[in-house]
Amino acid sequence: MSFDVPADRRYLESHEWTTTDDETVRVGITDFAQDELGDVVFVELPAEDDEVTKDAEFGVVESIKAVSDLLSPVSGTVVAVNEALFDAPELVNEDPYGEGWMIEVEPNSDGELDELLSADEYRESIE
Amino acid sequence: MGLRKPPLRATHADRDASFTEFGGWEMPVEFDSIRTEHAAVRESAGIFDVSHMGEIVVSGPDATALMGRLTTNDVTELDPGDTQYACITDEDGIILDDTMVFGLPDEDGQPRYLFIPNAGHDAEMYARWTEYRDEWGLDATVRDATEEWAMLALQGPDAPELASEATDGATTDIDRFKAAFCDVAGVRAFASRTGYTGEDGFEFLVPWDEVETVWSAFDCQPCGLGARDTLRLEMGFLLSGQDFDPDDEPRTPYEAGVGWTVDLDTEFVGRDALEAVEREGVDERFRGVVLQQRGVPRHGYEVVDADGDHLGHLTSGTMSPTLGEPIGLGYLSDQAPPGTRVRVIVRGEPKQANVVTPPFIDT
Repeated sequence: MSFDVPADRRYLESHEWTTTDDETVRVGITDFAQDELGDVVFVELPAEDDEVTKDAEFGVVESIKAVSDLLSPVSGTVVAVNEALFDAPELVNEDPYGEGWMIEVEPNSDGELDELLSADEYRESIE
Repeated sequence: MGLRKPPLRATHADRDASFTEFGGWEMPVEFDSIRTEHAAVRESAGIFDVSHMGEIVVSGPDATALMGRLTTNDVTELDPGDTQYACITDEDGIILDDTMVFGLPDEDGQPRYLFIPNAGHDAEMYARWTEYRDEWGLDATVRDATEEWAMLALQGPDAPELASEATDGATTDIDRFKAAFCDVAGVRAFASRTGYTGEDGFEFLVPWDEVETVWSAFDCQPCGLGARDTLRLEMGFLLSGQDFDPDDEPRTPYEAGVGWTVDLDTEFVGRDALEAVEREGVDERFRGVVLQQRGVPRHGYEVVDADGDHLGHLTSGTMSPTLGEPIGLGYLSDQAPPGTRVRVIVRGEPKQANVVTPPFIDT
């Protein structure tokens, strides 16, 4: 099975992605991660203005069969939360890089993104 | 130690199943999605490979005595073709395993039984049966046939019709909770109108080497252990090793809500302890909870009252695919009977929940 790994994102080995192009970055979980989890039924996310820390837990995603911590790819301040997931957690399965996004973060510094995996490196890590 | 593999391991892998370890076996947990598989069983039909379940055959002049003294129910009620749910308890009345007992056709005029220990319990139960047989000097043959027979479960409202088509109508003569030998797609099988989903259907015991023929004879949704778990959870059926376990969750049948399997008029290991429990009553009972707030109840979560005082804990939980509501099973104090509002502690957060009596759904 082959999984979608968009080239315009950066990745954590723990299967979270982040965008790279704006003042704020958007964070979610990968196609591989949603497939491993199966039917997502619950997402617990921080509130706006909460601080998140790189590689630390910022929330939880639960499927019918599993509970998984969400790790933040960057340190910074949460500026938006995808509240649509509270009523429709299945968006994480249906569109993990789009409608299934989780939070937007204003990073404390730019440098952290460079430490993340590129799409090619992430693809290798899941093969 | 390597994992035991069901005979259809490669067939499931070709069908892109994902696998999990369960009771020492490598079993398919998901073929498509738990939600899809669950819905198929509730609405039409699904087929499960449950070859991890044990099979132990007990026969001989004292087979009835041996079965009766090691299970809580009254085995003398079982005629060939009957099935009976029972617990296997220790001297203290603690459930070691729960099992289905089948009356098989007599062999050379001697009674014969088959019982189904849960995954990974077959060797332990074989040892238990042979040790007690020898201690009591009973004349009975005990055989662990777990790796001679594969087991498939065809479940759902359409299951009877599918079974009938595959057996030239032979299964239409098998009533609920009855069993008989019949040919399934030309393969001699033991068909039992039982299951673990709350739906109508059959469980087929099939010779290990011929199971592929039977598996492929049914044109319906293949289902993994993930859907098997959500389906049994909606019914409030116990899962051995999780909802009871002699080490981690020691419970009597009365606590576990299966006191009806205990016949105190029979002699069996654990009987005297259970008579005392029955007389004195229990402090905690197996209940259901339905969360009223967002979250998913899981094994091990604590249940408290409005003041935060301990009422019990959960042993199983999930998001019910049928209801779309978070449901849990566990042991609660008698101070929290059905109808009580309680709190389930989810990662430190108390979530409101109602205590109910399972099943959670009508089937």
